[in-house]
Amino acid sequence: MLKDLFPKKKRYATITPHPSSRDKVPEGLMNKCKRCGEILLSKELEKHLKTCPHCAYHFTMTAEERIQVTLDEGSFQAFNDRIRTENPLEFPGYLEKLEKVQESTGMKEGVLTGSGTIAGYPVVVAVMDANFIMGSMGSVVGEKLTRAVEQAMELNCPMIIFSVSGGARMQEGVFSLMQMAKVSAALARLAEKRLLYISVLTNPTTGGVTASFAMQGDLNLSEPGAIIGFAGRRVIEPMIRQKLPDEFQTAEFVLEHGMLDQVVHRKDLKPLLATVLSLHAQGGSL
Amino acid sequence: MAVDLPFEKPLIELRDKIEELKKFTEEKGIDMSTEVATLENKAQLLAETIYKELTPWQKVQIARHPDRPTTLDYILGISDDFVEMHGDRNFRDDPAVVGGIARFDGYPITVVGTQKGKGTKDNLYRNFGMAHPEGYRKALRLMKQAEKFRRPLLCFIDTAGAYPGPGAEERGQGEAIARNLIEMASLKIPIVVVVTGEGGSGGALGLGVGDKVLMLEHAWYSVIAPESAAAILWKDATLGQRAADSMGITAQDLYRFHIIDEIIQEPFGGAHRNPAQMIATVKQLVASSFQELMTYHYDELPALRYDKYRKMGIFSEDNR
Ligand SMILES: [Zn+2]
Repeated sequence: MLKDLFPKKKRYATITPHPSSRDKVPEGLMNKCKRCGEILLSKELEKHLKTCPHCAYHFTMTAEERIQVTLDEGSFQAFNDRIRTENPLEFPGYLEKLEKVQESTGMKEGVLTGSGTIAGYPVVVAVMDANFIMGSMGSVVGEKLTRAVEQAMELNCPMIIFSVSGGARMQEGVFSLMQMAKVSAALARLAEKRLLYISVLTNPTTGGVTASFAMQGDLNLSEPGAIIGFAGRRVIEPMIRQKLPDEFQTAEFVLEHGMLDQVVHRKDLKPLLATVLSLHAQGGSL
Repeated sequence: MAVDLPFEKPLIELRDKIEELKKFTEEKGIDMSTEVATLENKAQLLAETIYKELTPWQKVQIARHPDRPTTLDYILGISDDFVEMHGDRNFRDDPAVVGGIARFDGYPITVVGTQKGKGTKDNLYRNFGMAHPEGYRKALRLMKQAEKFRRPLLCFIDTAGAYPGPGAEERGQGEAIARNLIEMASLKIPIVVVVTGEGGSGGALGLGVGDKVLMLEHAWYSVIAPESAAAILWKDATLGQRAADSMGITAQDLYRFHIIDEIIQEPFGGAHRNPAQMIATVKQLVASSFQELMTYHYDELPALRYDKYRKMGIFSEDNR
């Protein structure tokens, strides 16, 4: 069952997403699929874009891997790598925690942003990373996303955001909350300029990220089995004193309830993005 | 019957003692006015000590006080001709969000807000002020209507958060809040937001994007309710006090952070100690906020609002 794939321990989210950092493909040659138990060779897994060829289970990708498989080779140019996280509430242990995560991920913050092309179509992309404090959004993530959207307007090109997040970052308190308003306001401007915005919600996308930019796409897309919701299962279940069905808050469930346009297998995502981009190549109108 | 808060206990005890002494004086005909005066003096000093140095956690308790004025109290108290409107035209009417049109300071406005109940029955009806998606969608319907008629928009916020339930998830709680954020950013009308009690997370922000955001002196507003933060950070919801004290959630904090524009002073001891005075103060500050915003061409407001939110967030930039 899907829920058994994820560890019980929860950490930083305002809600309780299923932490996905643990289902990273291990470094070894052999990997066991977390859903069907098949043994997969690393090479095989790479070839299938980190999805299981037997059961289509989608393993978590790092931001870097996502860029690699989505953008045309060598086209990615990163933005704003010089923004540094601060500790505005002087939250105990926050900077130490950041340092550790920076070391383990090699990232400075939880999102990579930049420009590039997909099948030759210019885009601005932002890709969140699940391994960076649960992909949580603090001031830097919000600022980088906002600048990326502004850059898309500058370049007059579509914006694509790949979300993965436990929600707003608690250690930055109300500053994190306000990033939801800030990024939304930037996307409102992008819409006014009639530029395309595609939101790709990956596993898991929850809390304040779902309640802001992840749900604001002209197209909202997701991958099979991704957990998408506002409040997590572990908040809701004690509230209603009932166990929720396994399919609750899966991408398929969210699609059925009308919040997504499509659930797309990872291998079909780039071609779909290319098609949608091509259909907007003249700005959607003559 | 007023509900007293735990930290008010010494004061309540002292006041009870004074009452007893007064009664004793009357019954026995013994003059103890000097003693009474001394104790009254002491009570006054104690009250000042308590209320002037409230900790964040104590403010959270005041913000949740059951006798605190609710959104409908404010709406009815500051405006005339309130016409309530119901329903999101899609699924149902959400009683946790109220809204409508009214006459304020001589001109028509649209007003929306989260609504807590009074007493258990009313609270069950109002879902304790925790909205479902249809509540946010009702609010959005009224906001768009306000823009259509070029009426200023007033939003009241008092919610622990958006309701975390299966129905809310099925109907897109995240999408509903997300849509309000993007739409409120673009509304070409003046928006004044008043956080009157609890400003819990995205559920508060979903009605909270405005040109002027005012906050009552003892209200709290943060990314998450203190108990929930504690449950996640330290796996212990009873550490809400510790979370409240360390997360910068008070009106004073948010003013210092430039997240809110103004603090609205509460009556001594909190809004529930003198609701009429509280409502009058709110009315005055909302009126002056609208007066200022109405001097702008409404089409300019989204750009000004963008500049305001654009600056939010703390980070540094390395220019090497
Ligand atoms: Zn498998």
